[in-house]
Amino acid sequence: MYVRKLFKFLTFSSFVAYVVDFEFLFFHYVVEIIDRYETVCVPESRRNDTIGYIQSADNKTCFRRLNVTKQMKQPIYVYYQLDNFYQNHRRYVKSRSDQQLEDPNSENDTSDCKPEDVTANGSAIVPCGLIAWSLFNDTYVFSRNSSPLAVNKTDISWKSDREHKFGKDVFPKNFQNGTLKGGAILNASIPLSEQEDLIVWMRTAALPTFRKLYGKIEQDLQPNDVIDVTLENNYNTYSFSGKKKLVLSTTSWLGGKNDFLGIAYLTVGGICFFLALCFTIVYLIKPRQLGDPSYLSWNRNPGGH
Amino acid sequence: MAGYRKRIKLRFRKLYSFSCCKSTFGDDHAQIGQRGYSRVVYCNEPDKPAAMKLDYRGNYVSTTKYTVVNFIPKALFEQFRRVANIYFLVVAFVSFSPLAPYSAPSIIVPLIVVIGATMVKEGVEDWRRRKQDIEANNRKVKVYVKNNTFNETKWKNLRVGDLVKVHKDEYFPADLLLLSSSDEDGICYVETMNLDGETNLKLKHSLEVTAPLCDEQSFQNFKAEIKCEDPNEHLYTFVGTFYYDGNQYPISPQQILLRDSKLKNTDYIYGVVIFTGHDTKVMQNATDPPSKRSEIERKMDKIVYVLFTTLILTSFTGSVFFGTETKKDISGGKYRRWYLRPDDTTVFYDPKRAPLAAFLHFLTGLMLYGYLIPISLYVSIEIVKVLQSIFINKDQDMYDEETDRPAYARTSNLSEELGQVYTILSDKTGTLTCNSMEFVKCSIAGVAYGRGMTEVERDLAKRRVYRPLEMDDSSSDAPVHIDDTVDSGKSIKGFNFRDKRLMNGQWVNEPHPDIIERFFLVLAICHTAIPEMDKESVEISYEAESPDEAAFVIAARELGFEFFERTQTTILLHELDHASGKIVARVYRLLHVLEFSSSRKRMSVIVRNEENQLLLLCKGADSVMFERLSPRGRHFEAKAREHIKRYAEAGLRTLVIAYRELSEDEFRTWEDEFLKAKTSVTAERDALADEVADKIERDLILLGVTAVEDKLQKGVPECIDKLAQAGIKIWVLTGDKIETAVNIGYACNLLRQGMKQIVITLDSPGIEALEKQGDKEAIARASLESVKKQIIEGGSQLSSAKESSIQFGLIIDGKSLAFALDKNLENLFLELAINCSSVICCRTSPKQKALVSVTKMVKIGTGKTTLAVGDGANDVGMLQEADIGVGISGVEGRQAVMASDYAIAQFRFLERLLLVHGHWCYRRIAMMICYFFYKNITFGFTLFWFEAYASFSGQPAYNDWYMSCYNVFFTSLPVIALGVFDQDVSARLCLKYPLLYQEGVQNILFSWPRIFGWMCNGVLSSIIIFFLTSNSIIDQAIRRDGQVADLEFLGVTMYTCVVWVVNCQMALSINYFTWIQHFFIWGSIAFWYIFLVVYGSLPPRVSSTAYKVLVEACVPSPLYWLTTLLVVISTLLPYFSYRAFQTEFRPMYHDIIQRRRSEGSEPEMPELPNQVKVRMHHLKANLRAE
Repeated sequence: MYVRKLFKFLTFSSFVAYVVDFEFLFFHYVVEIIDRYETVCVPESRRNDTIGYIQSADNKTCFRRLNVTKQMKQPIYVYYQLDNFYQNHRRYVKSRSDQQLEDPNSENDTSDCKPEDVTANGSAIVPCGLIAWSLFNDTYVFSRNSSPLAVNKTDISWKSDREHKFGKDVFPKNFQNGTLKGGAILNASIPLSEQEDLIVWMRTAALPTFRKLYGKIEQDLQPNDVIDVTLENNYNTYSFSGKKKLVLSTTSWLGGKNDFLGIAYLTVGGICFFLALCFTIVYLIKPRQLGDPSYLSWNRNPGGH
Repeated sequence: MAGYRKRIKLRFRKLYSFSCCKSTFGDDHAQIGQRGYSRVVYCNEPDKPAAMKLDYRGNYVSTTKYTVVNFIPKALFEQFRRVANIYFLVVAFVSFSPLAPYSAPSIIVPLIVVIGATMVKEGVEDWRRRKQDIEANNRKVKVYVKNNTFNETKWKNLRVGDLVKVHKDEYFPADLLLLSSSDEDGICYVETMNLDGETNLKLKHSLEVTAPLCDEQSFQNFKAEIKCEDPNEHLYTFVGTFYYDGNQYPISPQQILLRDSKLKNTDYIYGVVIFTGHDTKVMQNATDPPSKRSEIERKMDKIVYVLFTTLILTSFTGSVFFGTETKKDISGGKYRRWYLRPDDTTVFYDPKRAPLAAFLHFLTGLMLYGYLIPISLYVSIEIVKVLQSIFINKDQDMYDEETDRPAYARTSNLSEELGQVYTILSDKTGTLTCNSMEFVKCSIAGVAYGRGMTEVERDLAKRRVYRPLEMDDSSSDAPVHIDDTVDSGKSIKGFNFRDKRLMNGQWVNEPHPDIIERFFLVLAICHTAIPEMDKESVEISYEAESPDEAAFVIAARELGFEFFERTQTTILLHELDHASGKIVARVYRLLHVLEFSSSRKRMSVIVRNEENQLLLLCKGADSVMFERLSPRGRHFEAKAREHIKRYAEAGLRTLVIAYRELSEDEFRTWEDEFLKAKTSVTAERDALADEVADKIERDLILLGVTAVEDKLQKGVPECIDKLAQAGIKIWVLTGDKIETAVNIGYACNLLRQGMKQIVITLDSPGIEALEKQGDKEAIARASLESVKKQIIEGGSQLSSAKESSIQFGLIIDGKSLAFALDKNLENLFLELAINCSSVICCRTSPKQKALVSVTKMVKIGTGKTTLAVGDGANDVGMLQEADIGVGISGVEGRQAVMASDYAIAQFRFLERLLLVHGHWCYRRIAMMICYFFYKNITFGFTLFWFEAYASFSGQPAYNDWYMSCYNVFFTSLPVIALGVFDQDVSARLCLKYPLLYQEGVQNILFSWPRIFGWMCNGVLSSIIIFFLTSNSIIDQAIRRDGQVADLEFLGVTMYTCVVWVVNCQMALSINYFTWIQHFFIWGSIAFWYIFLVVYGSLPPRVSSTAYKVLVEACVPSPLYWLTTLLVVISTLLPYFSYRAFQTEFRPMYHDIIQRRRSEGSEPEMPELPNQVKVRMHHLKANLRAE
């Protein structure tokens, strides 16, 4: 009965778990380079007032050097990773106007966007709302052995977003014109559907630590290659003590580097196996107190309940 | 003895007694015109201005709960009387404000669906009632119009004062005053089956003055006025005055024909409408049965409160965190989370007013975590219960072919309570027995006749303690069994008497033929039955007040004294003249009927026979009869007493038959006195008449004793045996003597071999001696003492036998019971009674009060579910008082059934109703509720965990519409399927292992630990779902093209996991799979994907964040599928292991049975699992401690 069912379940689960783990071991080969830069990119003299520094008009350029240890097959995805940034805050999530983004005629549909809805003189901001306003504005330029390494920034957003949520004939307007500057400035001559950084940013992240796609490097990187990154450290994560990381990663069929899932499967498989073993041992040592000891027929009579 | 249940009805019977007393103005008539007696009816002139001014209600009747106009508001009001629904309504209103974490339609739509479903159910039920009303309102009746004609009109058009003509076998359309009938005396017969359930005919007669108005012409100038009482619900009283031709005539209930009763044996009647529509007595009587709620539902409410508390706590926790987080957003002029613009914000997020923001957030939290409260729980349970009751109604095994009656669940909300019955209180007559009396034995002049074996005798014979009575008298005769069937040419209902010595006229050769003749004469004359000649077969059948009476008349007929006609003043018999040996017709002039009543316990008639002799013929209970015998009439007293004792032991109902001759003088003086008493206008008229009657019923001469058998219903012993095996305590309340009760107890397995009896009685010599002295106080004191002593003794017997497995049966008589129910003794008695497996209360008075108080005591005293079974009008109180009332729709009419919650045709169906349906329904509802809370907690808490990672801002992890569809679409149908179809073991096994029923009695499946277990399981599931999902997919790319998961992707993945987990959990919990369960479970999961595809393909304006999420984001991501698989496996693992562990090492009873079945071995009685045993002991111990 239940035990029989459980045994089937356990056997099945541990089997699945080990198959998945096998996949992880042999077919899921991913190389990842992570560089945390929010502190190193602040000059040492300014490190006790990082907020003052980031809000000043000083030059924010910063140079980083990344060492490639293993071969990385193209495409290599470039991500920025922010920490302690609540893109999932209710005020933040709601502060956008999908109508406005999609349709040039709904330009004034900005009721959800307060306080970034209209300029001082009452004309609508396109794109309105806190999400757009706080657009990430750090930039990265890569070079390998002094030769520039192109970063492809097209096709980094969801296709459906580009084609259906962000209008081809909607152009930024009055954006970042207010007294309080948020993040990046948009080129007013490029339609929103082509502003892929914005589109990526506007897909709000689920948790306070998140990665977003910056671009793709479409060349293989070899072991011992040295990558020089020239970055503009513009974005203020200092006021909320958020980390900033630059991530280069390859992918496999499973996506990026994912230790957790592998370990989880291993654990669950282990538990299943362990339980199955326990039950078997208990049977052998201490046969059923109730009724017929020949009950161990679960493997003799697999068609039962 | 003889039909104690009948006596209540008998009180109201005035049959034939009218001949000796003219209607007179009683005290009540003085009140006419005053308050409560103000109705005025202008006969035959409903259009008269004065009549129009009174504006009495029409005859239109509506029994519906709603009308077209008030349906919506009233039904809505009914719905929002539930706390949970109010909560959702408030939430729906608030959801229009910016407080709401989701869009308003997404909460309103499910609410509308849920409320709508319930309202549709209400509407359909009401529509059925409406159809019945329409049918009744449109029935046709003939009404007098000008020009001496009667035209047909609809019932609903009838007005007060109308003259109507009602034909044979038609129902009366309103309460009428009988003016005249096809009979020249103005007599008619009515059947009041629909009113009080009595099937016998009642005689009504018009006022003498109106009796001649018997054709159309006579109504031309008929004008009269009636002043009478206002509408009220008393069926058996009526006070009014008839003003006609300048005279006043009193109206009594004798002239009133009530709506819904039927005209019988009379071709037509004329009547005046007095009460119409809702003013009629039957409508005034129609009150809703008290609505009962089941134990589980009450507990469910508590759980809902627990959930509300949880809801408040989680919201509170959330808002505290939210408040502190928000407050930190501005510190010292610096903006922390600048991207939220804390400088320019609304009150909901204002760091400067953080406490207020936190409070408002608390309200948001209440809405967001509202998913903890299962919105569809109530409606699902209602749907399930309706379906369950349909199953009960349709059960072939509870269908009685003889009467063509299926079981009928009159209420649907007690089905699970059927699985938790701890005590059954049962009436005996008609419930355990058929209530069809059979004349089996008699003792005449000290000789016992009748050779049939009763069921009780057979049972006694089995126990080998019984020697049939006949052996004493005729030991030379062949063994009884052989004789049994010899001369039974055909079986006659009500007659099972087999004795060659009396049958076929052989009685003339017996030692005392004259006594035998008198004996049967009494049987043939002393009754109130009405003969009905069947024209085709020339057979005579009898309409009798009670089956006992019918049995007597039939017995007399079979033995040569055929009663064939009754007029108002005569009784005609076909008798065998034993001089000539021919059958001759004899006339007996009926002078007086001294009626049966529960206080008199006897009935007499005074007749004059053809020889001009005055005879008083009397039958009655032995307790009152023996003391009325004259010294010279006591020849056979000793023998008769002995026979009575033996008959009682054989489970028979006995009556003593006696007579006396009256002299003319004596009769005259007595008659004067009697008539005076009868026509007196004092309040104690009845008592006075009784007193006078008592004077003549003396100096009787004993003739003999009758014994009728009330056969046990088919299957009763087996059924009681099963119920007892199931551990249900059975109380039987009967009017029988102790000996009879004990023997019937044995016959129906209530008392079993090896069971010890504890008898509590007041029939001790000491008390009797006191009774003779007549000092009431002393008697009461002594009785109380004696009862107390006996109870304590019984208690000590019980406790000394505690360790052994001896069962006890308690037998207590009515008098002692009255004392035992005394406040001081009640607890003591209850403790004793609870520990006995059966209790027989004998000689209980038929009053409803006694039954109700016993029921109440058992219900409150045990604190457990009590079920009452009964079939008669006197059981109504008991049925309504008990947690569940089961009516037997037997011969006694519909009264009990109308007051019951479940109606069954035979007692034996109780076994299936309880052990199978009760068990299943209990299990289903318990599982269903637990599961409901589980699934909502699982869902609700994933939201909470997500909040913890969204700084408790109130952003839901899921799209609004996912959330609103959760309860309605993705998880509702499987749980309904569980509630309707699930069965742990088959019906056959339920009956085979009655002990399984204890799971319900002890409430094992719905105990707090189990409920909290499910809740914890829900919390655990939500933790596993949230943390595994978020950790698996967050940060890194979710597929080869480097895309990462966003909020929507996480939401969909989590939601997918929830839907899978919750439905798989259901699949694990279900014991009984058919394609329906598979369809619903896997269909729900599939529907989620279909929903996502459909919803996601709507334009982004509609689908918002869900736009193409499944097609574009999830399906191509292997991570999505792997995570789902991982989460499902790991969430099910804990519950699965627990169940496996439990079934293996601490199995519940049904686990054992299931396993046996799957192994194919079903031993007779598997041993009671230890924990159940322990619990049962605990139970007992607890009760003792109280």
